[in-house]
Amino acid sequence: MDALTAHLSELGHGLVTTVELTVVTTVGAMLLGIIVATLRIAPVPLLRAIGTAYVEVLQNLPLLALLVLFVFALPTIGISFPLFTSAAIVIAAYEGAYLAEAIRAGINTVGVGQAEAARAIGLTFGQSLRHVILPQGLRAVIQPIGNICIALLMNTSLAAAVGVVELTQAANNVNLLEAQPIAVFTGAGLAYMLLALIIGQVTGLLERRLAIVR
Amino acid sequence: MVSVRGLHKWFGPLHVLKDIDLTVAAGEVVVVVGPSGSGKSTLCRCLNRLEAIGQGSVEIDGQPLPAEGRALARLRADVGMVFQSFNLFGHKTVLDNITLGPTRVRRISRAEARQQAMTLLERVGIADKADHYPAQLSGGQQQRAAIARALAMRPKVLLFDEPTSALDPEMVNEVLDVMVSLAAEGMTMIVVTHEMGFARRAADRVVFMDDGRIVESGAPDDFFAAPRTERARDFLSKILQH
Ligand SMILES: Nc1ncnc2c1ncn2[C@@H]1O[C@H](COP(=O)(O)OP(=O)(O)O)[C@@H](O)[C@H]1O
Ligand SMILES: [Mg+2]
Repeated sequence: MDALTAHLSELGHGLVTTVELTVVTTVGAMLLGIIVATLRIAPVPLLRAIGTAYVEVLQNLPLLALLVLFVFALPTIGISFPLFTSAAIVIAAYEGAYLAEAIRAGINTVGVGQAEAARAIGLTFGQSLRHVILPQGLRAVIQPIGNICIALLMNTSLAAAVGVVELTQAANNVNLLEAQPIAVFTGAGLAYMLLALIIGQVTGLLERRLAIVR
Repeated sequence: MVSVRGLHKWFGPLHVLKDIDLTVAAGEVVVVVGPSGSGKSTLCRCLNRLEAIGQGSVEIDGQPLPAEGRALARLRADVGMVFQSFNLFGHKTVLDNITLGPTRVRRISRAEARQQAMTLLERVGIADKADHYPAQLSGGQQQRAAIARALAMRPKVLLFDEPTSALDPEMVNEVLDVMVSLAAEGMTMIVVTHEMGFARRAADRVVFMDDGRIVESGAPDDFFAAPRTERARDFLSKILQH
């Protein structure tokens, strides 16, 4: 317990970094997920192919490998970002592929009939997505999206491997000084659980608030 | 108002529409009948290009149908469509279903769109349902809301694809009554339906389709009393038996 209280500030900084990384990445991954899901149902075959390729590539590579590649390989060809930025880009890109699939499943719950009705009153493809398809498609998959966000939260700990001092890395650092792994990692674990619980609660609230009258 | 010339449509190897010629004058009401699979829905869908045209031409009010993009969206706004399965937007109230097109496509103000929507809802007899969601309405009420949604765009032509086929029998008339009054007010309409009563009351012309072709066309009374082709006689004997 002392090991935790003596290093509250380091652990607190780690926790804040984890939260920041999670929030930034979730926003980025949602935007990407919506764009990629939209590409996959676009009327233009080339766009559909790009969407499919994106999902296939990113779902079939380990996140850790992507992080290492981005952080250590890209600088050798002259491209480099701050560590936090790199981690956020890679995790958002990776989780975006999973969100795209969840969102596409949601879109598929909206009947083609409504999409045709939207086009028949003269809405463009973009307008029918925005006003008819996505509002209903997203509502249908709030729960799976919440689950992916929790997975995303857990995956931010992989940023430790490329040097971002988030909660896991901070706990690791404290443990190196104090050699009290049980106390330190249990504390960190409880913090992750609390964050996951919050995401779960928000998901449940959104689902009740936005339910479509049936 | 609507002019179709030499229209063909294929689904892969399936030749669904074969050399369709059809002209509908402003204010005319044309009822399309024919056996299931004869291409009635496909013809309707080609008229507002929900289906791409294989060959031939479709003109609405003298304008050829644009291929894609904004020009097509604009033209679709002039061609209203009422579907068998209503297809109201499930997350929007009846009122918001109706105002979506006018505000987003016609770009009129929300207040004006609401006022116009309420007038239309009164006309189709469901003003009290304005703030309800589609799932809270009966089939007949949903279809009347869908007609109001189509009318809100002030279309030049209204297409109906079996608008009463998904309804319980006791709700068919409330929808047909709305359609009859639209016809009486001079709306240009193309109606796929097997409601012969509607055809007799409201149609200027009946078009009989079979196997992708327009086989026969004539005034309702002539067509029902004395169909000229064997296939039309056969078809009528089947649906009039009941
Ligand atoms: N999207 C489609 N893909 C392939 N075949 C289709 C499609 N839509 C309709 N068809 C076929 O085209 C023919 C005409 O269908 P349709 O226009 O729906 O007839 P109707 O409305 O007169 O019953 C049918 O044989 C049907 O199976
Ligand atoms: Mg049909």
